[in-house]
Amino acid sequence: MSQDLVDLAARANAPTLPFAGLDTLWLQVTGTLCNIACRHCFITCGPKNDSHPMMAREHVLDTLDVARRLGVREYYFTGGEPFMHPHIFDLIDATLQQGPLSILTNGILITEDVAQRLGDLFRRGPYSLDLRVSLDGTTPEENDPIRGKNTFHQILAGGERLLRAGINPVWTVTTVHAAFDDRSEGYARFRSLLEARGFTRPRLKFIPPFLIGREARRSQGYAADDLLQEGDLFEGEEHVLQCGSCRTVTARGVYPCPILIEAQDARMGDHLEGALHPIRLDHPACATCHQEGFSCRT
Amino acid sequence: MSHLKPERVAVFGGVYNNHLALEATLRDAHAQGAERVYCLGDIGGFGPSPDKSFPLLRDAHVLTMMGNYDDSIGRGLDDCQCGYTDPRDNHFAQISYDYTLKKTSDPNRAWLRTLPHAFRLELGGRRVRFAHGSTRRINEFLWASTTPEPFIERLLRDADADLIAVTHTGIPWERRLQRDPASGLLNVGAIGRPANDGDTCVWYALLTATGGPLGVEVELRPVRYDHHALAVEMRQEGLPEEFVETILTGWWTTCLEILPARERAASRF
Ligand code: SF4
Ligand code: SF4
Ligand SMILES: [Fe+2]
Repeated sequence: MSQDLVDLAARANAPTLPFAGLDTLWLQVTGTLCNIACRHCFITCGPKNDSHPMMAREHVLDTLDVARRLGVREYYFTGGEPFMHPHIFDLIDATLQQGPLSILTNGILITEDVAQRLGDLFRRGPYSLDLRVSLDGTTPEENDPIRGKNTFHQILAGGERLLRAGINPVWTVTTVHAAFDDRSEGYARFRSLLEARGFTRPRLKFIPPFLIGREARRSQGYAADDLLQEGDLFEGEEHVLQCGSCRTVTARGVYPCPILIEAQDARMGDHLEGALHPIRLDHPACATCHQEGFSCRT
Repeated sequence: MSHLKPERVAVFGGVYNNHLALEATLRDAHAQGAERVYCLGDIGGFGPSPDKSFPLLRDAHVLTMMGNYDDSIGRGLDDCQCGYTDPRDNHFAQISYDYTLKKTSDPNRAWLRTLPHAFRLELGGRRVRFAHGSTRRINEFLWASTTPEPFIERLLRDADADLIAVTHTGIPWERRLQRDPASGLLNVGAIGRPANDGDTCVWYALLTATGGPLGVEVELRPVRYDHHALAVEMRQEGLPEEFVETILTGWWTTCLEILPARERAASRF
């Protein structure tokens, strides 16, 4: 049998995850457009990749209307780099009217002005505003080969501007380094770096690497027997895996989660209302979520 | 006279072994003329001498439901099912859990296993529903800054209710719907631990039926109790000094990483 047929047979036997209702909505506001191009990005984001273009302002606002009717609990903005969006503050404002928002950013575009405006919004609204900044090492030598030249200092500077504006961001670390396999040691090193920079209560989230997107080229990618099979899921797993209660909207349509927006067969149509049903976890990345009990939520 | 429709009820949650605060709360609820008293669960945790709370609840005929802690202690599970994610939070949560499990008598554990999971009542013509974490999950955290109005509407719809009251987080708050102020969600906070605002008091709620447009009026009431005496007892029981500090200062020292950004920014540690 050819490898394709083996894959097909394995995927046909994938388990179905129940859908617990739409609690979390991810908005891929800048699609795959990013100001940098990290080597481990699980989608191939970069300055020239517009396979998912930016979402139009109206598309975001319409989606928010639907989400309000559906009773969504929380929102996430991601990309790409959300702060590349020309109307980003309109979108943040509109979202915070109806629920808490977390923005995933690489921090580089957080200027003094952006930080101050975010600080105002953080203090003003009834709902929580959270910023998540990704950093991949405790030194430029660790971080920069992955995220790009000089990014270590730029990322930390963005985080420091947030802190001065009254926002203590969550630092997300993708555990691609052997050094961070031991989480407690990784935690300790990041804590002392951040404390030295004035973050007296560092908030940290470690993320397992997904071997797709650009990361598939960097590492070996997934093997066919990484696929989940019927019977692998445990009872109530829809409350652990985020795709049991989240969907992602991009300029190109609706997807189960932010990880699979480049998997063409994962697309669930144009409308959120049509995507609120159980899905089959037939993608290799699903095995990582299942094994790590992973959720992209903060 | 349980067939009477009550006009005023007292609702509290999160006793966390704080039997002194429990006594003071029951006294206040009685003085305020509450016809029924409800406990939304989590009798154990954090404080000293678990067995002291049970007779207080039973003697006062408190209508008590099961929290995640009670489920764990009742069944002797490995942890409290609070759902903390931070290693330091988990470390401290485990200390109080192991202590509480060891010190809760078998008859009291058997009693925990009999507790119901929810209460429904009618108050002021409104359908009121009580739950521990949320109406859909025993250990769901409903914080003020991450429980938006559209989501509350959905919870109300799914639970067939006008008003939902919960506990489990330890910080009290209330949100009414703009389109219908008679509907909304109330978190009654906890009486076992202060609300992380630098005040040593604890909180519970009085619900009163009104003829007005609100249907049910909610009053969040602070309760003062002899927290110094509790601190002494906690030290005698060998509980961590971090917990004692919370009782004496009103600021949380553990379980902080679970707070949303907004609530976290307002805390001291
Ligand atoms: S990992 Fe994040 S910052 Fe890096 S290229 Fe991808 S989207 Fe951009
Ligand atoms: S990649 Fe993870 S979050 Fe996405 S559908 Fe698969 S299991 Fe769910
Ligand atoms: Fe609880």
